[in-house]
Amino acid sequence: MLQTQATSGNSLLAVDGVSVHFGGIVALDGVSFDIAPGQIAGLIGPNGAGKTTLFNCLSRLYRWQGGRIVFDGQSLLDIPRHRIATVGIGRTFQNLALFRSMSVHDNVMLGRHCRTRSGFLSNALRLPRVVREERASAEQAAQLVAFLGLEADADKRVSDLPFGTQKRVELARALASEPRLLLLDEPACGLNHEEVHALGKLIHDIRGRLGITVLLVEHHMSLVMSVSDKVVALNFGRKIAEGTPAEVQQHPEVVQAYLGNGD
Amino acid sequence: MTPASPLTAASAAPGKSRRIALAVLLLAICALPFLVTNYHTFQLTMVLVYAIALLGLNILTGYNGQISLGHGAFYAIGAYVAAILMDKWGVPYWATVPVAGLVCLAAGFLFGLPALRLEGLYLALATFALGVSMPQLLKYKHLEYWTGGVQGIVIMKPDPPFGLPINQDQWLYYFTLAIALVMFLLGWNLLRGRVGRSLIAIRDQPIAAEAMGVNNSLYKSLAFGVSAMYTGVAGALGAIAVQFVAPDSFNIFLSITFLVGIVIGGLASIPGAIYGAIFIQFVPNIADQISKAAPWAIYGVFMIGFVYLMPVGVAGAIRIAWARIRRGSGRNGQQ
Repeated sequence: MLQTQATSGNSLLAVDGVSVHFGGIVALDGVSFDIAPGQIAGLIGPNGAGKTTLFNCLSRLYRWQGGRIVFDGQSLLDIPRHRIATVGIGRTFQNLALFRSMSVHDNVMLGRHCRTRSGFLSNALRLPRVVREERASAEQAAQLVAFLGLEADADKRVSDLPFGTQKRVELARALASEPRLLLLDEPACGLNHEEVHALGKLIHDIRGRLGITVLLVEHHMSLVMSVSDKVVALNFGRKIAEGTPAEVQQHPEVVQAYLGNGD
Repeated sequence: MTPASPLTAASAAPGKSRRIALAVLLLAICALPFLVTNYHTFQLTMVLVYAIALLGLNILTGYNGQISLGHGAFYAIGAYVAAILMDKWGVPYWATVPVAGLVCLAAGFLFGLPALRLEGLYLALATFALGVSMPQLLKYKHLEYWTGGVQGIVIMKPDPPFGLPINQDQWLYYFTLAIALVMFLLGWNLLRGRVGRSLIAIRDQPIAAEAMGVNNSLYKSLAFGVSAMYTGVAGALGAIAVQFVAPDSFNIFLSITFLVGIVIGGLASIPGAIYGAIFIQFVPNIADQISKAAPWAIYGVFMIGFVYLMPVGVAGAIRIAWARIRRGSGRNGQQ
């Protein structure tokens, strides 16, 4: 107990004994780990291990029945769902959750929502500060669109774009909220070999150039092992290993979990 | 329900030629009452009234994705607020319009709060309940002193102010036009920025919207309030133009007609509200002229024809046609 408190002191995210069950099914069973600021952490495990469940707890989509999640010294339970982005947790979704009828630019602009303030009345009156805020957001959105190489598609409807491009739009949208912790839910899923390679470089850039801490759920082992500073392995809702990529890769329970599933 | 991206269309550079076109259009709209009969001027006033109501419903249903089958109720509240204020307190007609808007803003917001728990068809049902009960609530005998019961309230037609050399119908047209322009400008501002994006985001992908920091509950109930406010303003203007309110003018058919208007005109489109208003004002008349025996059957044929030929509404069809023309001229320019 003392130990976890000590580590949560200098960690950005502290997951402490978190349990989630749906009816009789245990999705997470006392999972604990920390992420230090500036780390890239990988979360691995076979299908149904509880990775996405954990992400959904971090987004406050699910309630956890036991344990604590602390982000930057603040208990996540004290933060309503729509304030999660404001405190600095951004995310992408496993099966894409873009605003399909909007352009790429507008999707990224929406990512700025939590960093902007203007309301119904000031928007209707288009007060000067609304115009200024919009202009600043548009500039930042344009920078992110460029950072992710989406300039050519900026004004296109996202639903007209290929899957790989849509994934980059989601990343741009998440980055637009200026997160301190970025949650990436299977960013490599559905990407081809070259795109996965580019993604690895991108994740490094996000940490290196933007200084954002990254937590990544991924099945693509070579990607996780090449970008992560630390890896946490889950199986059947329990943490089975934690450590450097090399350590986790050789951990007998991890080997068994993957081979046992024929994965 | 996935209308074409309205934001990109709206922000597509209002260039110089577009501004000139808009000015010419506005001039033509101002000249209209001098070119047509008084009755037609009245009909055009009603187009403006409906356009405001449809913009309101479009904010809720088209942009925010909350279906309302009961907006006739807010229209009725706006109309009765205006009529009662004039009838009982002698409030000048122009002052009743903002009051009607504010009353409906509050009513819509309050109705929007419990509606947060409902989605899709369930919300449609709840709003239907509101729309279907409104005429009978207005006939409620303890309210009769205010509402005039089944008889309703007769309103005096306002005279043009400042000794303007125009008749009453023409004045009402310009009065309504001025308010419509203000309401459309406010609506356009609201929808083209941070709030409009959030409303669409909630419609497209509510979980992601919330994960990006949008307070879905607040935005959805405010959208309900603003939507009802627009419809209430329209109701007040409609009451002044028609010079009469009675419970049975605001039956459930009015609510359905509004929904017809936004779908035919174009969901999540600001000009769509105007096209829809033209449809719901004139097509019943045209149908009536075609067949006195079965006007609603003709109306039905028109409706099916419109949705078949323009599956994304009139606004969508115009947008597609316009894009095609521009692409065509662009190709010619390159040669």
